[in-house]
Amino acid sequence: MIEPTTTTRAAARIDWNSGTARSLRKKRYAADRRLRFYGIAAISIAVLLLGILLTSLVSTGYLAFVQTHVTMDVAIDPEQVPVDNPAEGNYRAIVADAVQRLFPDIDGRSELRNAVGIVTNGAQVMLRNQVISDPSLIGKTFSIQVPVSDPYDQLYKDVIDRDLPENRRRLNDEQIALFETLEDRGLIEAKANWALLFNADSRFPELAGLAGAIVGSFYALLLCFVISFPVGIAAAIYLEEFAPKNRWTDLIEVNINNLAAVPSIIFGLLGLAVFIQVFGLPRSAPLVGGLVLALMTLPTIIIVTRNSLKAVPPSIREAALGIGASRHEVILHHLLPLAIPGILTGTIIGMAQALGETAPLLLIGMNAFLTSPPGGIMEPATSLPTQIFIWADSPERGFVSRTSAAILVLLGFLILMNAIAIYLRSKLERKW
Amino acid sequence: MTQWTLDPETRTTEPASLPKMRGENVNVFYGTKQALFDVNLAVPEHQVTALIGPSGCGKSTFLRCLNRMNDTIDIARVEGEITLDGRSIYDPKIDVVELRAQVGMAFQKPNPFPKSIFENVAYGPTIHGRASAKADLEQIVVDSLRKAGLYEEVKERLHEPGTGLSGGQQQRLCIARAIAVAPEVILMDEPCSALDPIATAKIEELIDELRENFTIVIVTHSMQQAARVSQRTAFFHLGVLVEEGPTSEIFTSPNDKRTQDYVTGRFG
Ligand SMILES: Nc1ncnc2c1ncn2[C@@H]1O[C@H](COP(=O)(O)OP(=O)(O)O)[C@@H](O)[C@H]1O
Ligand SMILES: [Mg+2]
Repeated sequence: MIEPTTTTRAAARIDWNSGTARSLRKKRYAADRRLRFYGIAAISIAVLLLGILLTSLVSTGYLAFVQTHVTMDVAIDPEQVPVDNPAEGNYRAIVADAVQRLFPDIDGRSELRNAVGIVTNGAQVMLRNQVISDPSLIGKTFSIQVPVSDPYDQLYKDVIDRDLPENRRRLNDEQIALFETLEDRGLIEAKANWALLFNADSRFPELAGLAGAIVGSFYALLLCFVISFPVGIAAAIYLEEFAPKNRWTDLIEVNINNLAAVPSIIFGLLGLAVFIQVFGLPRSAPLVGGLVLALMTLPTIIIVTRNSLKAVPPSIREAALGIGASRHEVILHHLLPLAIPGILTGTIIGMAQALGETAPLLLIGMNAFLTSPPGGIMEPATSLPTQIFIWADSPERGFVSRTSAAILVLLGFLILMNAIAIYLRSKLERKW
Repeated sequence: MTQWTLDPETRTTEPASLPKMRGENVNVFYGTKQALFDVNLAVPEHQVTALIGPSGCGKSTFLRCLNRMNDTIDIARVEGEITLDGRSIYDPKIDVVELRAQVGMAFQKPNPFPKSIFENVAYGPTIHGRASAKADLEQIVVDSLRKAGLYEEVKERLHEPGTGLSGGQQQRLCIARAIAVAPEVILMDEPCSALDPIATAKIEELIDELRENFTIVIVTHSMQQAARVSQRTAFFHLGVLVEEGPTSEIFTSPNDKRTQDYVTGRFG
């Protein structure tokens, strides 16, 4: 056994009170403080930018979460709506009559046109749907609340300035006067805008909603998950547990890592060229969107699964092998259960990325104008980010706030998914 | 020199006519680096064989050849012949899963599964189909825990996590887990190196009891431990099996200078 050398110890002892020691200590403290300052500064900048983003979104978007409505009495005249076929009724005329009744004093054609313009163009469709679902309304007079059309909505929300000279605003003095009489009679009311979530897209901002986009994104993500989750896990298990270490597997590994860094628009081009042009799958369909997103998410899932498998302590693997567990038993009984929290978290974060992905979906045509949600994965659809893209491109004033509101809805879904990831991680992680 | 406490009955032990396991001309390579050189060692039945030697000399490597755990290391290559009951275990016809059930192992660091005590012990019998009914399985678990000297301590909390036990209890749990698949040989790689002296004493006692039913090969860096628990000792140095024989002889009258230096504490 080697004896520790004690003879030179005293000579090598450091004088902690010497000038050099003191200046070294001071430098060390200063460096620590500097590093901490850089960190705090960096975080402050990040928080500030995030704050600016959210403030600007909320300050323009909050207007879209309410919608101005007008209350009016409609009379469903059996002359205009056949009892045996309510779908064939002349609802346009019924709405016009109802508006006329709101303004008993006006008679001129242009004045009446102005008055009808206050009510949304979709009013007749809403009324028609209501009567079809409840035919007993025929012959009755009842009051309904319908959205006002976009310029009046903006007027009521003070986005249109009533004091501007007439030629510089969307509504002329006459139109504003008509609207103000309704306000004075208490018929105008701003209500929560559920249509934003439950309506499909529309040319008219007051009717436009995200239902189609939400359903489209849901189908695409579902497909993306169904494909990329099992394929990704299987590929990762093979690469991590079975593949021999040679040049080929190295090549595959490098390529998978590169795939994760490929710009998403490339995947869109691939989807267009292969899925649509070669396989003849329908354009704009969530099917193609889901396939493209799956290709994009696959590398992410493979990488997180491999890392989670690598993170399982080797002693567990040895313990299982040591009592004669076969490879598949080691993997299925021991490695995967320990790796699954990491895999799930990574997968959800990958899915959240896929949810926000825009460019590839634009390329495969998921930015079509569609007034009803898709009925299945083969039908044309939009997605949340492409819907935002469409709205951002629309000239109507009402779409400005709706674009911000849609972004907030998308952010809401992203936060929800990340919260699920955090919950799953803390829930599934073995504490023992 | 230390007073080695020696088991009187083993003083004259010679390898049995047919050893339980035998390695002949075993060479092991990690990549291009050779870790074992022409090792010839017989492991007699119902005895404890201790492998001693300075760290890095290849004790673990040899031990891991005996249940083919080296198969799991990509770069490891084993040459030579290793037999269990006269049958080569590297024969392509041998199923490595069955071999590892016959030759169980306990590791340096206790490594219970992150499951309950019961599940830890029941896992082996379940995957090897040792128990058909639930009652059989429970019986096996209780018996194994008893044989590992752990049952009395954990009978109230069989369904609590095995990782919640103390280090020594965890190691005995790992031994119970190995016993539960009814192995013939149990390999132990420095099973006490992570334990305190009291837990170590318990494991040593246990090893002595287990000898009745199993053949044991133990790697240890503690010469006192080798002297206390083993009947035969093999001394490795730089990948070479320098000397092997009855423990008493290795410690009192070694033939080789290197063995003498090692057991008298001159290096290591
Ligand atoms: N997985 C491995 N890969 C490469 N070399 C290894 C590996 N395991 C052990 N070795 C080498 O083999 C030699 C013997 O190691 P080992 O059997 O663990 O020694 P011991 O258990 O006697 O301390 C050492 O030189 C060690 O570096
Ligand atoms: Mg070792």
